[in-house]
Amino acid sequence: MLDDFMVRAALAGTGVALAAAPLGCFVVWRRMAYFGDATAHAAILGVALSLAFSMSIFIGTVVVSLLMALTVNFLSGRGYAMDTLLGVMAHSALAFGLVAVSFLSGIRIDLMAYLFGDILAVSRTDLGVIWSGALIVVALIGWRWSALLTTTLNEDLAYANGINPKREQLVLTLALAITVAVAIKVVGVLLIAAMLIIPAAAARPLSRTPEGMAVTAGLIGITSVIVGLRAAFVFDTPAGPSIVCVAALSFVFSSLLRTFRTTA
Amino acid sequence: MSLITVKDLSINYGARTVLSRVSLSVEAGEIVTIVGPNGSGKTSLLRAIIGAVKPVRGTVELGRNVTLGYVPQRLHIDETLPMTVARFLRLPNGAKAEMIHQALTQAGAPDLLNAQLSKLSGGQFQRVLLARALLGTPDVLLLDEATQGLDQRGSAAFYQQIEQVRKETGCAILMISHELHVVMSASDRVICLNGHVCCEGTPAVVASAPEYRALFGTGTGGALALYRHEHDHGHDHDHAHIHHDHDHTEAAE
Repeated sequence: MLDDFMVRAALAGTGVALAAAPLGCFVVWRRMAYFGDATAHAAILGVALSLAFSMSIFIGTVVVSLLMALTVNFLSGRGYAMDTLLGVMAHSALAFGLVAVSFLSGIRIDLMAYLFGDILAVSRTDLGVIWSGALIVVALIGWRWSALLTTTLNEDLAYANGINPKREQLVLTLALAITVAVAIKVVGVLLIAAMLIIPAAAARPLSRTPEGMAVTAGLIGITSVIVGLRAAFVFDTPAGPSIVCVAALSFVFSSLLRTFRTTA
Repeated sequence: MSLITVKDLSINYGARTVLSRVSLSVEAGEIVTIVGPNGSGKTSLLRAIIGAVKPVRGTVELGRNVTLGYVPQRLHIDETLPMTVARFLRLPNGAKAEMIHQALTQAGAPDLLNAQLSKLSGGQFQRVLLARALLGTPDVLLLDEATQGLDQRGSAAFYQQIEQVRKETGCAILMISHELHVVMSASDRVICLNGHVCCEGTPAVVASAPEYRALFGTGTGGALALYRHEHDHGHDHDHAHIHHDHDHTEAAE
């Protein structure tokens, strides 16, 4: 079954959608969308460094994304507004990454594959990495779920319940770095944030509880992957962007649904 | 032993000192109200008690097995976060349904169980926050300007609820309030804070003192004239402090 590249692609996409759903909900609730983007953009630098030192791309991107996120966390509240800081960091990391890649003589790498993903070229090994990463993220968020939710509601409320909000923020940062690293192959650096935010945003009007929203986001994400891959196959379009397009359409439908419901 | 003992507490934010050498205690079953102008360190004091800020000196001690219930200042719930009252009250420790019902009833909001948090009115929201604090069967309730954004009738009703809660559960209450004229009658003790403890005493003693309007009063025609202020009281610490030059009107803050 795994010999079929479409099956491997669908499984890879499903893994990413699974990790992105609960994490994406927190990204939306905590208004970290740009933060996710910055972390993802830093990953291209991770790719370049991994290739230069010939180590695993997964490890390289996790490390660089994590460093990026920690640096932003550290610098925030020290004189720059968060969005300025993220703008500087995200685009610098992307630019340095692209420059670094150009130095890698001898290795011809397909930059497009890292910017937009190459889901149809997912190998069995990739599949193993993606699903391990995805399961780690789901387990991490599941384990800290209540504490994360309390922290998201109000940090003082969290302290009063004996929860350290800074530690929970770190959990999210770690989950984000892992998700970015496993999603590169599937949707590429430029569209990772889309996989985080769009399914979660589309799930919002359909949900009454945080848990409901995370599950709905997962279902929308997985559906987007499968329908998007099928569409890419039929219309001969790039797979990663096609998946994001389907997710975007589901967002439009759920928003319309909300509008009808509130006006009716 | 006191439920809460704060000893010699100082808090800095960067180079700015917000609290300097504050000591106070809360005993079982009493209602203590903290008043003071904006920026006087009231919220920082509560945050230090729940462990959200680290003091630069001094200690906060809780009595044995003392649990705190914390009602924050108005909470902002992001519209993107779907959350029913029931789910909110099960955070983070998963209270049982009957406990939740009891807490909501005690807080005066028994019928809100399935409402969305983001759709609640200010008064309803504060009651839900109160219910959440009550779920832990606290020995001390900490309320930080719990009636901010409520109209006068709303806040009066809320404070009646608080008194009712004390009657039913016997818990002590430490609250911050601007509206001392509303809470005065219910308070056993009032602490006036302005970076340090200016003075404290029973509301009656405070009300009969000569400079009754000093801290909040004159500029607002007495509506906020809440508390007498002793200007010649001595301080046992020697560094310069600023309490004499605040201009004693709420509007100036």
